[in-house]
Amino acid sequence: MTDGVADLATMPTLRADLRGISKRFGATQALDDVSLTLVPGEIHGLVGENGAGKSTLVKILAGIHQPDNGTIALDGEPVEIAGPAQARALGIAVVHQEPRLFPDLTVAENVFIGHAPSGRLGTIDWSATRRSAARLFDQLDVQFDVGAPVRGLSMADQQLIEIAKSLSVDARVLILDEPTASLSAHEVERLFAIVRRLRDRGVAVLFVSHRLDEVFALCDRATVFRDGRHVVTTSTGELTTADLVRHMVGRAVSLFPKVETPIGELLLEVEGLTRAGEFRDISFSVRRGEIVGLAGLVGAGRTEVARVLFGIDRRDGGEIRLGGHAVSFATPSEAMDAGIAYLPEDRHQEGLVLDFSIAQNVTLPILPRLFPRLLVRASTERRVADEYTRQFDVRMTGVDQIVGALSGGNQQKVVLAKWLASKPRVLILDEPTRGIDIGAKVEVHRIISELAASGLGIVLISSDLPEVLAMSDRILVLHEGRLTAEIPRARATEERVMFAATGNLEPVAAGDQTSGAADV
Amino acid sequence: MHGPSVAGARSGRSRLGVLARWETLLVVAIAGLVVLGTLLSPFFLTPGNFSNLIAALMEVAIMALPMTLIIVAGEIDLSVESMAGLASSLIGFLWAAGVPLTAAIPLVLVVGALGGLLNGLLVARGRLPSLVVTLGTLALFRGLALIVLGPRGVSNFPPEFTALGFGYVPGTLIPWPFVIFLSLALVLGVVLHRTWIGRQTYAIGRNTGAARYSGVRVIRIRTALFVLSGLIAALAGIILTSRLSSARADAGAGMTLTVVTVVLLGGVNIFGGSGTIPGVALAVIAVAVMQNALRLASVTVEVQSIALGLLLILSVVIPNFAHQAKSAIDRVRGGRPPPADSVRRGEATTG
Amino acid sequence: MSDSGAAVATLSVRSRGQWLAVVARQRELSLVAIMIVLGGLVTLTAPQFLTVSNLSQVAVLAALIAVAAVGEALVVITRNVDLSVEATMGLVAYCVASLLERHALGTTGAIAFGLGLGLVLGMVNGIVVTVFRVPAIVATLGTLSIFRGIDYLVAGSHQVPLASLPDGFTNPARDSVLGIPIFVLVALGIVVIGSAVLRSTRFGRQLYAVGSNPEAAAILGIPSRLVVFTAFSVCGLLAGVAGVLYVMEFGTINGTSATGLVLAVVAAVVVGGVNIFGGSGTLVGAALGALFLGFIANALILVGLSQFWLQAIYGLVILLAVSADAIIVRRIQRATAARRVR
Repeated sequence: MTDGVADLATMPTLRADLRGISKRFGATQALDDVSLTLVPGEIHGLVGENGAGKSTLVKILAGIHQPDNGTIALDGEPVEIAGPAQARALGIAVVHQEPRLFPDLTVAENVFIGHAPSGRLGTIDWSATRRSAARLFDQLDVQFDVGAPVRGLSMADQQLIEIAKSLSVDARVLILDEPTASLSAHEVERLFAIVRRLRDRGVAVLFVSHRLDEVFALCDRATVFRDGRHVVTTSTGELTTADLVRHMVGRAVSLFPKVETPIGELLLEVEGLTRAGEFRDISFSVRRGEIVGLAGLVGAGRTEVARVLFGIDRRDGGEIRLGGHAVSFATPSEAMDAGIAYLPEDRHQEGLVLDFSIAQNVTLPILPRLFPRLLVRASTERRVADEYTRQFDVRMTGVDQIVGALSGGNQQKVVLAKWLASKPRVLILDEPTRGIDIGAKVEVHRIISELAASGLGIVLISSDLPEVLAMSDRILVLHEGRLTAEIPRARATEERVMFAATGNLEPVAAGDQTSGAADV
Repeated sequence: MHGPSVAGARSGRSRLGVLARWETLLVVAIAGLVVLGTLLSPFFLTPGNFSNLIAALMEVAIMALPMTLIIVAGEIDLSVESMAGLASSLIGFLWAAGVPLTAAIPLVLVVGALGGLLNGLLVARGRLPSLVVTLGTLALFRGLALIVLGPRGVSNFPPEFTALGFGYVPGTLIPWPFVIFLSLALVLGVVLHRTWIGRQTYAIGRNTGAARYSGVRVIRIRTALFVLSGLIAALAGIILTSRLSSARADAGAGMTLTVVTVVLLGGVNIFGGSGTIPGVALAVIAVAVMQNALRLASVTVEVQSIALGLLLILSVVIPNFAHQAKSAIDRVRGGRPPPADSVRRGEATTG
Repeated sequence: MSDSGAAVATLSVRSRGQWLAVVARQRELSLVAIMIVLGGLVTLTAPQFLTVSNLSQVAVLAALIAVAAVGEALVVITRNVDLSVEATMGLVAYCVASLLERHALGTTGAIAFGLGLGLVLGMVNGIVVTVFRVPAIVATLGTLSIFRGIDYLVAGSHQVPLASLPDGFTNPARDSVLGIPIFVLVALGIVVIGSAVLRSTRFGRQLYAVGSNPEAAAILGIPSRLVVFTAFSVCGLLAGVAGVLYVMEFGTINGTSATGLVLAVVAAVVVGGVNIFGGSGTLVGAALGALFLGFIANALILVGLSQFWLQAIYGLVILLAVSADAIIVRRIQRATAARRVR
């Protein structure tokens, strides 16, 4: 049961007290008798796998779903959160992973959308709106041109606007739902500083995240959900990462099964690769059997390099050599024919056609190759799809199953199968285990390792430092478009990688040093 | 094995079910209309009436075929009626200027392809919205037609030419345009449903990003589809000129509406990613039978125009309705389905 | 502790914002600039261009299109489109003319009927789109056909001659108040009121919100369907106003009046800088777009090019406007991205 119960008796009134919450969707019990408490002046982390029920709980607090059973009390008063408007009225604000702003409206208007100050005649008082917005940003200690449209602002800036929004409604409970996925370490720091400031003002913060290091850095207490049930609530000082993982998964796991592989001949050579505005003078090589990790902060330019290698974007300078010959790709299909495959970051927008079947997705890149006479034969498709999905143990009802019905981990395996079917020599993986459960992560790592062992050269782009360290034979680090380090496996440590990943940045002020735990 | 047919439906099994149902609905509608027609006139099912019935709609039908592919790919081409008009005025202009038809016709077809290429370059390469671009070329091509031929008409075409639009396959009462339509339907049907070009077209319509990242040559296919549309629109313009024995700059005015109606009626989703050629072919027959029945019932052209507009709207409302009804039933039966990302029971922690 | 990271963010935010605001104003300014240049060129070959009577004529015709364009702009801002405006205009024009011919309702009554009819037709569009969830392209293509069919049905082959309209009914098309044609005043009034509503009322901002990010609007509790319904209804109402103005301007009305105008209306909106994807654009821009197209039409005639060039040139103008928009936006994106790597 919860460790924190004894402490709670001595703490101030609970800001939010959820008890016995259950929620069922059709055949799935998303939440089963869970309880959670939020205390003013505390940052509470919520962790768990996909499907553990975190997002369902957030949606219940946001008024999007109503619980089947259980009670919710805010500051001692029982409440019914009937809808999003009521959640806002009760002082519950949610900052989602994807900010929900209006790109064509100004920053100030977005902050006050729906409740802008009115002037005479009931019309909107724009100068008051701008002034109030500016005041809010002052409180957050951030500079913003509140009269500018939101379009074009970075994800990090948009999130700050969302936080300002929550301040504008005087939120009592602030929920941050996976807020750091698209942020650079620097922006994460800024976000954390602001959240701590809010906490110090008495807001109760719920921080939902996959990133365990961040949970340890930011949160005072943490709760683990697994399979819709509450597992443990405890202060973060009393837990180790291994403990947390064990609670999340239910058993001890070794995350990174790496097979030692002999490294063979040169497959890919990149020299002086440049693309204006994105990266400059990138040089590296990839050999048979080798896994080259590409580390760096979000926005460092790694995906941009991959896009050029795969023919999606054009390069402005430098050379790419495959098997010794200089190559130039105008389209992805040319890159594919040359033996390069690229697994994109965003599975849903770029990796799969969710309404197609598994077989249709697996064969999509190689259709011209499979059927040179134009006509498609379903039996051939199924055979090819079978062959590759069986290798990866994809859990499905058959290759005709619609891909949208699979879980995230299995979808990723289908994407891997698809690219493997194109028989590449070099495989570039961009955040291959993002948004996937630990169980599936292990399988994907195993697959990657086996692929290297079978003779592919692999480029692994990942923001998950432990993953990069454990899987790579060599680690390349990018920082704002430049290559800052190349570290062989034997000498690779987290500190070294992070140093190179943040190298050349402005010196970190002394006050920030203590909150640098995010680097851990 | 063709791609999914109805947007939005998630499970493969129910999709196949709905697909079968839409084409079935069309067949039932056609049957009903035929019955209505025979009640209205004893001549309804005679071969003579049949060829009348079909001939007037053939230009629209022919243009509906490439339009199907374009809409499946997630775009639209509003300029087809103007390209038909441009083709008509060019043919008239060239003929009146003494150019032999054997040279003029291929030239006009090339112009059609070039017009389509303009659309294709702006939409596929320029990444401009096809609604606005083809609205612009709708005006541009019609304007060019007016510039070429002015307000006059050209009508002294030789019988060999008018035989194309007006005549029949020797020995039968099957109009030539119908033969052209069938052949084109066959070819494009095979392309869309049996080749990988068709599969890629569905992919582009469903998820352009994923298609691009999967090596599908999105720009190339989209451009080709617009070129095809322009070419076929020019062909339709030539056939129209031949059938009416008259070349005019305003030929084909209003046809875009009918073409889009026929395509949507055929079960193609306006947002792309689903729809079939057989469905559109059935829709052509349904509309032809309906127009004929209405004519026999002395319904005026104006009312037919109203009927067409209603049909267009209904062709979207009915599937929407069916889909909503289905979801409502599912919901009553057991709550909304969990997000696709959630772990399946018993699957996560093994390995 | 505002670290320099936030300062960098500020810098970039301000520049990007400025860029976009400049572009928006640029559209309106460049339209005016082009019109001035064009006007100058045309006057060289045809000095009668710069006369008050000619300019008034241009303004009057443009005002008619502008009124409809304002309504269309409202719909486009919500990320929809209304292709049926010309049919609404034609139907209202015929009904009003016919009522006047038969002395059925008196002048005010006939005009009120026309406006009411426009409103109802707009509401039909609104219902089909918001209640039946038919995509706007399809819905308004359908109602275009339906309304036009009704127009033909009602009119038959009848043509209301100018003479049977009450005396003075067509005067507003030619009269001026303080030197400004009445039509222009009407259009100006509509633009001013409309712009004020868009800028300062909750409803106006909701229009932009719904067009800018429909999902977020729904989540925030903005009544999107009601907003879109209202946009279509007002568009229909304004198309009705344009229909009444049409009668005043042209006098002779039959079942095919106003055919082909939808192109001019949508062109005016596109040229005027209203983004076809919704969320941005101004009514002033749409009105300027209408004026711009009127300018071109007039210039064509005066320079001696036949009327037949008009369609082609409208088409070119649409293509150019859309291309220019895209190029500008992409240039901005490249410029802001390029700051990242030194």
